[in-house]
Amino acid sequence: MRGDNLTAILVLVPAMIFVSIFIYAFIFYTFYVSTVKWPTLKPDFTFVGLQNYVRMFNDPRFRIDMRNLVLFAGGFMTQCIVIGFVLASLLDSKIKSEAVFRTIFVFPFAVSGIVTGVVWRWLMFPQAGLNQLLGLDSKWYTTPKWGILAVTIAASWQFAGYVMALYLAGLRGINAELKEAAAIDGASTWQLYRHIIIPLLAPVTFTVIVLTGMGSIRVFDIPAVLGTGAAFSTDMLAFHMFQLTFQSNRIALGAVIASVMIMLAALLVGPYLASLQLEDAQ
Amino acid sequence: MKHRIINRREFLKVSAVGAAAAAVAGCAATPAQVAPAATAVAEKVAEGAPTVAAVATAVAEAPAAEAPAGADVTGKLEIFSWWTSGGEIEALEGLFKVMKERYPNVEIVNAAIAGGTSSGGDMKAVLQTRMMGGDPPESFQIHLGGELLVGSYVEAGLMEPLDTLYADEGWDKVFPPLLIEIASKDGKPWSVPVNIHRANVLWAADKPFADAGVEVPKTWDEFFVVAEKFKEMGIPAILIAENAAGFTAQVWETMLIALMGPEKFAGLFNGKTSWADEDITTGLQMLGKMLDYANPDYLATSWGDVNDLFVTGKAAMMIMGDWTPGVLWSKDFRDFTWQPAPGNTDIYQMLSDSFPLPKDVKNREAALGWLKVCGSKEGQDAFNPAKGSIPARTDADLSLYTDYHKWAIEHWKTDTIVPSLVHGAAAGLAFMTDFMNAVNVFASNKDVEAAKSALLTAATDAGYKTS
Repeated sequence: MRGDNLTAILVLVPAMIFVSIFIYAFIFYTFYVSTVKWPTLKPDFTFVGLQNYVRMFNDPRFRIDMRNLVLFAGGFMTQCIVIGFVLASLLDSKIKSEAVFRTIFVFPFAVSGIVTGVVWRWLMFPQAGLNQLLGLDSKWYTTPKWGILAVTIAASWQFAGYVMALYLAGLRGINAELKEAAAIDGASTWQLYRHIIIPLLAPVTFTVIVLTGMGSIRVFDIPAVLGTGAAFSTDMLAFHMFQLTFQSNRIALGAVIASVMIMLAALLVGPYLASLQLEDAQ
Repeated sequence: MKHRIINRREFLKVSAVGAAAAAVAGCAATPAQVAPAATAVAEKVAEGAPTVAAVATAVAEAPAAEAPAGADVTGKLEIFSWWTSGGEIEALEGLFKVMKERYPNVEIVNAAIAGGTSSGGDMKAVLQTRMMGGDPPESFQIHLGGELLVGSYVEAGLMEPLDTLYADEGWDKVFPPLLIEIASKDGKPWSVPVNIHRANVLWAADKPFADAGVEVPKTWDEFFVVAEKFKEMGIPAILIAENAAGFTAQVWETMLIALMGPEKFAGLFNGKTSWADEDITTGLQMLGKMLDYANPDYLATSWGDVNDLFVTGKAAMMIMGDWTPGVLWSKDFRDFTWQPAPGNTDIYQMLSDSFPLPKDVKNREAALGWLKVCGSKEGQDAFNPAKGSIPARTDADLSLYTDYHKWAIEHWKTDTIVPSLVHGAAAGLAFMTDFMNAVNVFASNKDVEAAKSALLTAATDAGYKTS
């Protein structure tokens, strides 16, 4: 066993070095930069404490970004869960050529976010696309204030197929005897889902919430293509960070947003890891 | 909990495979990965960019009888720009051609990068990683003035001053003194202007004015009278595109110029005029009033849309830079006139694309040669007709330019020059972005007090006068 341990350590060390430098060291450096002055391209490491944070939390654009994050996460999660679950249930009902449909539904996930953004920009362009095809008069993502919800349509289109795959795996894992027992007890389809399937899939839903939550915090590509909209109606944290750092040269303020994003992600992942620990203990 | 049918551990494995798939598909770019990715792009551009050397060598080889003076300069010349569409490419190629004639043995690497959210957004990000990483290109496109001078590469000590070059080439005699002042910090110029665009121009469609039987307004008072007339007719008096920050800010600048006059306006950026000035408040109120006469959906309208609307003759006016006639002509629309924005008579609000010299470039000789070409009459006359701008030099060959540009060239020689804020001449990028964002939010909520406080915060940050 000793030899095994040594081999394991040797094999893991290179990866650990890379991860600790390229992920953790940079995370800590980012936290550090967020507490210094550094207001232009010229580095200035004067310590200012939490001043940059106070400033960002009072910044109107940052506040709009937080509001947008809530709207985006809400819209994105809901659509992914509902669409993903419905598609998975349909596929699980022993239909013909299930594999074909499964592939089609998962396919958008293989498309990069930039491509998704470009495609949906044209589809939701007020003067063309869906409006022209269906005779609608929606402003889609250009709607002042609520345009961010249209952006979630594009994001969900991309991610719902993946969520479907997760639910499908979950559904396949449910013991058929349970369903049969419920049927014998006279449960309707609705009752079957309500009391047996959905509760049993709770861990999947939990994972989906964590994944879509993370996706909402870090989303960059789709808003980058669609633009930030009037009064930042479709602006997101990651894009604001990019503009502060690379367009306004406000390195420290950019680092503040990066740090806030990391902390939000930790808030989301923390309970998840804790629940896994708990389960192990049990 | 014991009867859980699927185990979370098992399930995690499935998710992990999915996450790996996401990484492969490139959907999972975390913020921390953006910067290295940008560097990778830069490297790719540096290695694989198409060079114009092949084309240009053919040009240079023809008159091989006598070698030009620059023949002893060799090596690569990497030029960054965001000129990647139609007329811009043609204009840049024009400059490259002159470069090739004068320095036949220099290999030009055209590192143009398209795209981004503001002008040159992606190029600026790539350039930043190259500059901060100590691997500068020989020269790069940058707006003349604040964009280079304030909170940027000059302050970071990464650039060479160009006072000697200006003196050697006699540019202090051919560039207007006010332009050199805008290009200078600590009494030295830091970049060479290759062109001039004018920002404060009013474009008026003929038909609405004929229908209304009114004259094109020369002051903002006249503007509001005329605007009322168009409102009665049910068409927008002025087109605004504020789906992203920038358009309204540019229009508002011309309003501030009208209210303050050129000197006081320029004083906003050199500490002589306070951002708490009464004219800022008046200006915001005026802007709010003006927006009542704009196309009602301006918050959802893009810059491309307003040009399309303008050519239909269903809108009367636009205040926009002088890349506009090129766009309108390309849509086969010629029934419009132009004049300075209201209250901006004899004031030329300029922006300029320019090229600077980074410190420690690999090929300084070629870089200097490039800057000389950019500032030469030959180079500017090769570049500007295709770009739709005018030369920064006052000795242009008028026969090469359109009627609009002839008008602009005449005014360039005689008008008072003020810098454009939105186009990088007046202030650094940080203040420029704050200003555009403040006006963008104002266009949405028309809250004068909130806009004033946003502007004051930005001005304090930038070290401008605020009391």
